[in-house]
Amino acid sequence: MTERVLIVDDDKAFLSILSERMQHRGMDVITTASPVEALRIVETDSFDAIILDLMMPEMGGIEAFQRIREKRPDLQVIFLTGHPSVSTGIDAMKLGAMDFIPKPVDLNELAEKIKQAKISRAILVEKQAQARLKKVLTDKDRCPPCRSILPRS
Amino acid sequence: MALDARLISPAGLEFFGKVCAAISHDIKNVLAVINENGGLLEDLCHMAEKGRPIDPSRLKRLAGDVRQQVRRADGIISAMNRFAHSADEPSAESDLVELIGLLGLLAKRLAALRGVVIQTPVPSVPVLVTTFPFGLLNLLWICLDCTMTASGSGRTVELIAEKTPDGAVIRFRRLDQIDVALIAAIVLDRTSAMSQALNAAISADERSSELVVRLPKGGSVQPTPA
Repeated sequence: MTERVLIVDDDKAFLSILSERMQHRGMDVITTASPVEALRIVETDSFDAIILDLMMPEMGGIEAFQRIREKRPDLQVIFLTGHPSVSTGIDAMKLGAMDFIPKPVDLNELAEKIKQAKISRAILVEKQAQARLKKVLTDKDRCPPCRSILPRS
Repeated sequence: MALDARLISPAGLEFFGKVCAAISHDIKNVLAVINENGGLLEDLCHMAEKGRPIDPSRLKRLAGDVRQQVRRADGIISAMNRFAHSADEPSAESDLVELIGLLGLLAKRLAALRGVVIQTPVPSVPVLVTTFPFGLLNLLWICLDCTMTASGSGRTVELIAEKTPDGAVIRFRRLDQIDVALIAAIVLDRTSAMSQALNAAISADERSSELVVRLPKGGSVQPTPA
């Protein structure tokens, strides 16, 4: 199945050409140069991976990531940066980013990480669905019809 | 003339480091785009091998994109070169208009990250002073840093150099609703030794909401202390 990806980077030339290359590889790609717009997009749209530039004028990548996580904890984020440092990478991973890739990008490597992100997200979504179902089934007070299918205590 | 040590203090090293970091980041971004253009060429060749014809107009656009990025990188490297050469002479005749223009270029990314726009209107005549260009750039960088921090996101800071009867002045303008006296005090605190070595007088013009840096006519750089 096609991977669906959101790319957020203030460099429009980079955004345009990376998007085109990823589309040639069969991915469904949405782009924005604005992290503020990205926050609006993720409210209503789902992605297998978000590719997020670390340094952007409107809002830093770390702040954008934290706000995305508040709205959509299921979304997997891969950071891109033109000046990777060990400390920044560690900070990003501690916050829960899936990965951290330096520019210039190796698209084969990025594509592989997007596939991994898709699997990770699918597992996370499945776990969340199972947790919700378990809650419904074990909550006898909120689900009287369930009592008939639950083992007698 | 020997270089005054006050002009290459830790503040100078910090300035040098920040500028180099910004330049390296900008160059990396350009390389990233050129890298993707190269990758797209490979992708198109790969598709052509599988029977999908290459559109010549697409190749022309790619070539144009690469040239545009090369021009972008050339601009960045030219600014870096001018910055590097600003440390060549401890005392040199310098056009403040060019120096301010260079400062605007070097600080562009930092300003963008803070949501501030830097404007450097060009007057019709050069404004010449004798100074240590690197040291003066450092001083002005600190002034700019303080004014951008005080301005906040969404604002514009304007820098302009003007001749005066007794030398020259650099004005940081459009600082309305900002405590320029406080900014001047902070800058003076951060640049005390540097300002003295450059013979620069920093003050606030509260009436026009400007931070002002005055330089004397006869030479901005003080003789090296014994």
